[in-house]
Amino acid sequence: MKGTVSKDEISSEQLNELIDIVKKIHGFDFSDYTEASFKRRLARIMMLKKLEFYDLKHVLVNDAGFFQEFLEEITVNVTEMFRDPTFYKALKTQVVPYLSTYQQVKIWCAGCSSGEEVYSLAILLNEEKLGKKSFIYGTDINTEVLNEARKGIYSLRKIKSYTENYLFTGLPGSLTDHFTMMYDAAAIHSELKQNTLFSVHNLISDTGFNEFQMISCRNVFIYFETELQYKILDLFYKSLCPLGYLCLGNKETIRSDAFRKKFKVINQKENIYQKIGS
Amino acid sequence: MALDDKIRQQWANSRILLLGGSAGSFKLLFRLVKLLPQNLNKTVIIIIHRKKNFFSEIEKLFAENSRMLLREISDKEPIMDNTIYIAPANYHSLVENEGFFSLDVSDAVWYSKPSIDVTFESVAEVYKERVTAVLFSGANQDGAEGLLKLRRKGALTIAQHPEDAEMAEMPQAAIDIHAAEYILRTTEIFELLEDTN
Repeated sequence: MKGTVSKDEISSEQLNELIDIVKKIHGFDFSDYTEASFKRRLARIMMLKKLEFYDLKHVLVNDAGFFQEFLEEITVNVTEMFRDPTFYKALKTQVVPYLSTYQQVKIWCAGCSSGEEVYSLAILLNEEKLGKKSFIYGTDINTEVLNEARKGIYSLRKIKSYTENYLFTGLPGSLTDHFTMMYDAAAIHSELKQNTLFSVHNLISDTGFNEFQMISCRNVFIYFETELQYKILDLFYKSLCPLGYLCLGNKETIRSDAFRKKFKVINQKENIYQKIGS
Repeated sequence: MALDDKIRQQWANSRILLLGGSAGSFKLLFRLVKLLPQNLNKTVIIIIHRKKNFFSEIEKLFAENSRMLLREISDKEPIMDNTIYIAPANYHSLVENEGFFSLDVSDAVWYSKPSIDVTFESVAEVYKERVTAVLFSGANQDGAEGLLKLRRKGALTIAQHPEDAEMAEMPQAAIDIHAAEYILRTTEIFELLEDTN
């Protein structure tokens, strides 16, 4: 697994030029993405597709089909089931008991990629006997990964590593109890899939679409500039019911006083918050 | 090799000290963290390979023994002088032009996340010649490409002498592609970095 170095560095001017093209032609606004990782993704696409910067611009303008591929590569779709096992442990002890008091539990998993986190939450809620009254919406800007998510089929190699994660959560069951094993892959049980819905949603340009008891958006903010993070936090705030929970990635610290007034810290280390105020 | 004026000067002019290592580098880095003075007037960034899910006590152990402020990098964390930053497990750590860190969960590089290459390359783009980077013991080739990029940008690049490294592969990989301007004995590395004039 070699590094992803492109020998030709992309300048900030080139970066802006490209962001402009994508915005004007394809309607996706990447201008508030964090520069360093965005450049790294671009360099990676150029290497994979064997394109110079000029050619990349050219295909983005002239080849309509290329954009979907570009979108898939530019967004980071690396995810795992039960990533950060201690997060799930915290959810179980600090959040689930409160969620269980609701008639219906609606959860929004924003930036869900290929669905691993949605199904991890579904498994957790199922094991905690909330499966029947909960519903999880998984959204992403990328249609291709959502198709993967809807299938809910993962390679055995991945399942093996997810099983390790699961063990660290301290949950009492077994991950494979929730899967049907096939020759070289495993499919999530259909009863878990029933209470999920995957759809396209762009955090940067789309509005809220429901009221939720919990929103999980983990390892998405790391790709956004601070101002954009605040804008999306506002969207999340409005989309949560009173005392609803917000979960961010465990390194996604929000350094804003305004945020502290709207959200109470439930777990500092795991970045779990609760909506306060109105 | 004796430490010449050129290397001392370049170290003195550095704004960032980058330390990368893997298997066999932990004790060295620990000793180094203990030794660096409070008023180094530089930012120290440490990337050590580590396993996910093993909640390591590295930060705690290092912080208790460090004279400088020591922090694990979190997203959009401002880059401050006289502070040691440690790259967290399961993320790549990058630096931004505006003087803060950003994190990335994309694929492992050389089976490693954090990857030394990723951080070294990112620091090279932003801080160019104002960097001193040292690559220590390790059992794979992560860091070599990053060190090369730093060297091309005019940074001071150092590989631990493979004979002194518990695992020679990592510094050797850097030497093989001419990424290291200096190949120094462990004692020389310590002597250089202790010199804070």
